[in-house]
Amino acid sequence: MTLLVIDWWFILEKALLIGGIIGLSFFIAMYTTLAERKVAAWLQDRRGPNRAGPFGIFQPLADGGKLFFKEEIIPLASNKFLFILGPALAMITALLTSTVIPWAAPFVTQGGNVIPMQVADVDMGILLVFSIVSVGVYGIMIGGWASNNKFSLMAAIRGASQMVSYELPMGLCLIAVLFMTGSLKMSEIVANQVQNGWHIIYQPLGFIIFFVCALAECNRTPFDLPEAENELNFGYHQEYSSMKLGFYLFAEYINMFISSAVMVTLFFGGYDIPFVNEASWGLSSFWMTAISFAVIMAKISFMLFVFLWIRWTIPRFRYDQLMNLGWKKLIPLALVNMIISAAVMLLLNK
Amino acid sequence: MVITNKNPVYSVLWLIVTFFAISGHYILLNAQFLAIVNVIVYAGAIMVLFLFVIMLMNLNKETEPQKNRWLRMAGAIAGGCLLLVLVAALKDTHTKQQLAMTNGGNIGLIKNLGKELFTTYVVPFEISSILFLSAMVGAVVIGKKE
Repeated sequence: MTLLVIDWWFILEKALLIGGIIGLSFFIAMYTTLAERKVAAWLQDRRGPNRAGPFGIFQPLADGGKLFFKEEIIPLASNKFLFILGPALAMITALLTSTVIPWAAPFVTQGGNVIPMQVADVDMGILLVFSIVSVGVYGIMIGGWASNNKFSLMAAIRGASQMVSYELPMGLCLIAVLFMTGSLKMSEIVANQVQNGWHIIYQPLGFIIFFVCALAECNRTPFDLPEAENELNFGYHQEYSSMKLGFYLFAEYINMFISSAVMVTLFFGGYDIPFVNEASWGLSSFWMTAISFAVIMAKISFMLFVFLWIRWTIPRFRYDQLMNLGWKKLIPLALVNMIISAAVMLLLNK
Repeated sequence: MVITNKNPVYSVLWLIVTFFAISGHYILLNAQFLAIVNVIVYAGAIMVLFLFVIMLMNLNKETEPQKNRWLRMAGAIAGGCLLLVLVAALKDTHTKQQLAMTNGGNIGLIKNLGKELFTTYVVPFEISSILFLSAMVGAVVIGKKE
């Protein structure tokens, strides 16, 4: 039962896991759009969408249906192939980052096989996420350029330079975390936190910088300059209509979901249940996996709520303020954070 | 594809595809760190800057300078000579009899790579970092002038 040198069961297991995670990402992203409108309504003392189904829970389906059935316009002067490639790339890169995140405690079957709830536990782990994020810029750039529109191009260049500059402090914060784990593997980062406590306790500054950068990477308020409608009409997706526009918007929500998952894994212990030693409960492996999955989802939901909360609380930055914050404040702060953690690690002789 | 395209933006995009292909080769050799860093640095950062410049300049066929015939001929001859030298140099090597060893060795994994860099090769490593520092200082100085 092998294909080349790979066991069929292994392929089946991974295929199920990948399908599950992609389905989950779509589902969460769908309901984040609803949650966004509900939270906005709540913060602004309104009711929000409540017509489709009880409490409006079918609203995302209605929105998606609307986007699918809308007329699709490809501008004549645009570059057709790249015009279609843009949203596709945005979506692919958004989904790819989920591969290395451990979603739950490993599941041990009755035969003693350990099935990790993670698509790939590669040696590079978190760096893989970074490389995919850095490639994610192209979705925006290609889309903006192929539309053959000045405003789209301006917005695309803004978005790309924003993402490139905020990757730097993000990486520097990551180095401080890696000092503590000594490994880039996501599974070992989580295992380290299960043993020694969450990284947020040791790296509060690192987490704040990382969070700000994550906001900028996802193009969320207060950093949603690529979509500043009063300066740029609409943003890099101005010429897009129908589901291609939907893909761009949807990719943003998937990015939010995945970046929340990354932050939870790096700083909030991943699937670890706080304050208890769950190994002493003596539950079966199936329940342990289920509970740890529920725990990580609860943490991710909270992070998503913070994203939405910030969007409806803080106004947008100006572009020069954004660049100043990124290069002149966050990078030095992240460097200081890195040096201090390195010094402390040396002092403690770990 | 990189050099045959008339449109410079296409050329840059194909170059990015080439970088991904190189990363694929690194992964086949189990040099994961090199592969990922190649994607982050080249495909993710440097090529973005290339795209910026080319998209903003908005090059097209009318603005492309016409090269004269002698220059073209000289280019063809020079390229042909390079090809000849390369073929002559590689003709007698024995690599064609051996299959490339794939997925073997752990030297490309980050732990071993870091150890090697900071023990055996620490001097060249530091020198190259000084080179980067001087490049950074130079960029700042040039930027300050305006």
